[in-house]
Amino acid sequence: MLHIKCPHCGMRSQNEFSYGGDASVKRPQLGSEVSDQDWDNFVYNRKSLRGKHWELWQHLFGCRQWIKVERDTATHEIFNTLKANEEIS
Amino acid sequence: MSQDFRLKNGGLIDRDKKISFKFNGKKYFGYEGDTLASALLANGVHLVGRSFKYHRPRGFFGAGVDEPYAIIQLYRNGETEPNIKATEQELFEGLEAKSVNCWPNVNFDVGAINNFLKIFLPAGFYYKTFMWPKSFWYKIYEPFIRKAAGLGTASIKHDKERYEHKYEYCDLLVTGSGPSGLASAYAAAKNGANVILAEDKSRFGGTLLTSDVNIGNQTGKEWADGIISELKEMPNVTIKNRSQVFGYYDHNMLVMSERTSDHLPKTKKFHPKQRLWYIRAKEVLISSGSIERPIVFGNNDTPGVMLSSAAKEYMRVYGVLVGKNPLIFTNNDSGYETAIEFKKNNVDSIILDTRKNPKSEIIDEAKNLGIDIKYSYVVVAAQGYKKVKSADIAKISEDKEELGKIENIKCDCICVSGFWTPTIHLASQSGNKTQFNKDIDAFVPGSAKQNEKTLGAANGVFTLDETLRSSFETGHELSKKITNNDNKVSFPNVIEKKSTTHDKFWCVPLPKGKNYKRFLDFQNDVAVSDIEIALKEGYRSIEHVKRYTTLGMATDQGKTSNLNGLQLVSKIENKVVPAVGHTTFRPPYSPVSIGAIVGREVGKHSKPTRKSPMHLWHEKNNAVFVDAGVWLRPRYYKRGNENLFEAAKREAKNVRTNVGVCDVTTLGKIDIKGPDAAELLNRVYTNAWLKLPIGKARYGVMLREDGIVMDDGTTTRISENHYHMTTTTAQAANVLSHLEYYLQLVWPELNVNVVSTTEQWAGAAIAGPKSRDLLQKLFPSLDVSNDGLPFMGYMEGDLFGVKARIFRISFSGELAYEVNVESDNGNFMWEKIIELGEEFKIQPYGTEALSTLRIEMGHVAGSELDGRTIPYDNSLEGLLSKKKDFIGKRSLSRKAFTADDRQKVVGVVPLDKKTSIPEGSHLVKDSNAPLPNPKLGYISASCWSVEHDNPFSLAILKDGKNMIGQKLFVMSPLKNKIIPVEIVSSHYVDPKGERVRS
Repeated sequence: MLHIKCPHCGMRSQNEFSYGGDASVKRPQLGSEVSDQDWDNFVYNRKSLRGKHWELWQHLFGCRQWIKVERDTATHEIFNTLKANEEIS
Repeated sequence: MSQDFRLKNGGLIDRDKKISFKFNGKKYFGYEGDTLASALLANGVHLVGRSFKYHRPRGFFGAGVDEPYAIIQLYRNGETEPNIKATEQELFEGLEAKSVNCWPNVNFDVGAINNFLKIFLPAGFYYKTFMWPKSFWYKIYEPFIRKAAGLGTASIKHDKERYEHKYEYCDLLVTGSGPSGLASAYAAAKNGANVILAEDKSRFGGTLLTSDVNIGNQTGKEWADGIISELKEMPNVTIKNRSQVFGYYDHNMLVMSERTSDHLPKTKKFHPKQRLWYIRAKEVLISSGSIERPIVFGNNDTPGVMLSSAAKEYMRVYGVLVGKNPLIFTNNDSGYETAIEFKKNNVDSIILDTRKNPKSEIIDEAKNLGIDIKYSYVVVAAQGYKKVKSADIAKISEDKEELGKIENIKCDCICVSGFWTPTIHLASQSGNKTQFNKDIDAFVPGSAKQNEKTLGAANGVFTLDETLRSSFETGHELSKKITNNDNKVSFPNVIEKKSTTHDKFWCVPLPKGKNYKRFLDFQNDVAVSDIEIALKEGYRSIEHVKRYTTLGMATDQGKTSNLNGLQLVSKIENKVVPAVGHTTFRPPYSPVSIGAIVGREVGKHSKPTRKSPMHLWHEKNNAVFVDAGVWLRPRYYKRGNENLFEAAKREAKNVRTNVGVCDVTTLGKIDIKGPDAAELLNRVYTNAWLKLPIGKARYGVMLREDGIVMDDGTTTRISENHYHMTTTTAQAANVLSHLEYYLQLVWPELNVNVVSTTEQWAGAAIAGPKSRDLLQKLFPSLDVSNDGLPFMGYMEGDLFGVKARIFRISFSGELAYEVNVESDNGNFMWEKIIELGEEFKIQPYGTEALSTLRIEMGHVAGSELDGRTIPYDNSLEGLLSKKKDFIGKRSLSRKAFTADDRQKVVGVVPLDKKTSIPEGSHLVKDSNAPLPNPKLGYISASCWSVEHDNPFSLAILKDGKNMIGQKLFVMSPLKNKIIPVEIVSSHYVDPKGERVRS
């Protein structure tokens, strides 16, 4: 079970969180023209990387904040966590 | 029966406390502190079971967790439990156990015929023998294998015992209380660290209990006892016996099973039987010791052949002789320690040492005691069927290939020592890259991935002095890192006898003309010949060899067999062992009961039960409840002998003719506040929200980004920047997360707050033509006329002193209102409604009537909004704004979603107007078409229309919009039904929606 540092609450067990997928996905602007390909990429296509990966988690049974977690998908090592409004550098 | 093999003195058992127990129906005696194994051995019982494949007699091989043979079925307090190791099960008064894998009994086992048919049961026999004919598998082979295989029978009764889970954090977790565990835990605890020390057995001390050493002028046991009693007094230390750390997971999370009550005749009141600990440790010290490995020789599975260390443990800890005429077969000095222990108890043994001329202090001591030692000797084969009677022994050449003349000597047990295998399971589970240590012919932990370190024998260190020294140091170092303290404990003086190197010999060659079975894996009956066949057949990867031959599988997971298996594969393949590699170590280290894993999450504890504030009223009024997500909702209110169908019909009819009231507390409610609240709704819902006036409600549909309908509900504008959103019962939590996602990550610029208020409001839906009359009675001072409170209107009112929110919304399709009050007032509201509704013939209605009402109205709900349908499919396309963008809009232009013959919701009526249509049935054009019959759609919801008094269903049907009036067939192979039907509009009642606006 992972041990995730919520930037708001501190170290918490994985079972307080729910997983939210790739954090690098950016939703196209509302009302903008989006090609089929770009929309497909946004909705469906994910890289499923092996290695370092920024992903979203929600601290569901805690502060309910969505957070960004940099995790190695192969080793589960967590390198960094950010608040929702903090940019991935 | 007398305990013929019990020593007069010695052991750590309590001889004042005699305990009676039963094994295979026969009564025996033992002492408190015995295991079932030691007590049986004390009574001279060696035959405890039959082997997995050949049903060969099985005795005891070890004295603890590594035991591959002595698996028994335990009976305790009216319950039965399989897969218990007799070597681990502590004796208690009245214990009952039985042998497994034998029929009719362990002495005469019919399955033993397999032993003579073994030519038909070679490696991979599952894959070969039972392949043809194919039809035999299901009816003959599988039931046969199931009956023949398997070690014990699981109980099919509900387990009355209680199991608990515990979460714990510590600086240091120490797994094992042998010398390294005690030393490191002590050093760390004295330096201020929070320490958990876990010991698998009931006694602390590990090998200190069985070895002749001197630590600080004390025996090993005295020293261990001293450390333990000191640790017990320290507030920063938790020590647990009967606790097996069996799994090492990510981020230094370890799981331990504590057998809190298994050693007692029955679990004490309010105590758990077992407790599962989830331990998050900053650092882990693995001090799990090592397991002696066998030497492979002919018939080495005969009862009476056992590990030499086990024989010593039975003497030292339990005061039990495993034999009175022992033969010791060893390739290292450990066997000598056992021989010395026998000698001390006045039993003469013969040592066969595979080495030519070894010299060490221990060997000298054995010589001085006059023990008969034969160098360069091996056991070729054990003789005897249910018990060792003698051994064929021979001299072995220096290259270990040639056997000399075979002699037969009498003996009643053969104690084997093939050197030691470090227990690296936890380290390996943690991700440690293990490495092969040539000096000890075994794998040891290498570079760590997590914060763990392995000490002592588990790390391949077999001298006490070095073990204690490194353990004291490591305990100190790691605790210093955590606590920043620097309190060192003094290191005791250690005296131990020096030993010399072992012989790399592990397998005795077969003598000419003999075809003895030489077993590698004792639990699964895998012999040398099986591995040879597997390799001959082309299996190379050790993982494949394992699965093909079952080497190292089953409940002992090859604790005694894995390394010898590797030795064999590497020898045949002419590779070194590290090049072959070992199979993956996976948790659990030893079997864990399902009860412990499940813990308290059984029955009603598996999830919370949520009840509305009106629940007691429902109960009192004969409500029959149904699970709706985690909520309990009244399904119907039973009157007299009514069944579900009759009650639902009555309740629904009363709504259509008079007035009914339904508990809608369970609907999800989300409070939305902020200057951008309308903008959020406008983006989340498919229809327009910016112009909703204060005091008005609107129905909305929200989509996922892929265009699929996520949820629907009404949202009401309470005030300028305050909205009240409702969701379906099932989707309430998901919708809240969904809104939070967009507010926090996608549109943080929106100034809006959302919070769940589901539990803060109790809700009652009042529906039916007389609902307005009733509402007027409830709120006499309000103008609730059609003009005063029009459809989709909202007002606040005073319900006899209670603040109430009134929404004119309808799910039933009738003139209807929903009244919300604060939860605490829910019952008051409900009783008022019932009381004042009496004159209008009010009846409460449950979810079944609610479904009937919405289905015949063609209102879609969860069974249509099932995560596979888009707005068009549900005839909700009118709610799609063309003027604005919203979540999921872009996806709706996908080709499949805009196809001409896209599926759409329709109504379905059976032609005979009588036959009910099963939900989930398929719609087809021709019921006689050859299979697979093309499916045009499926029945999503069915009811008995109270308006038309005939069955009516909703269906999602391909090209639904052009199918109205068509005749199709409903097919339900499950219910074996074929029903001719007509497709009609989904709006079966009041298609123009006049009633809700009346």
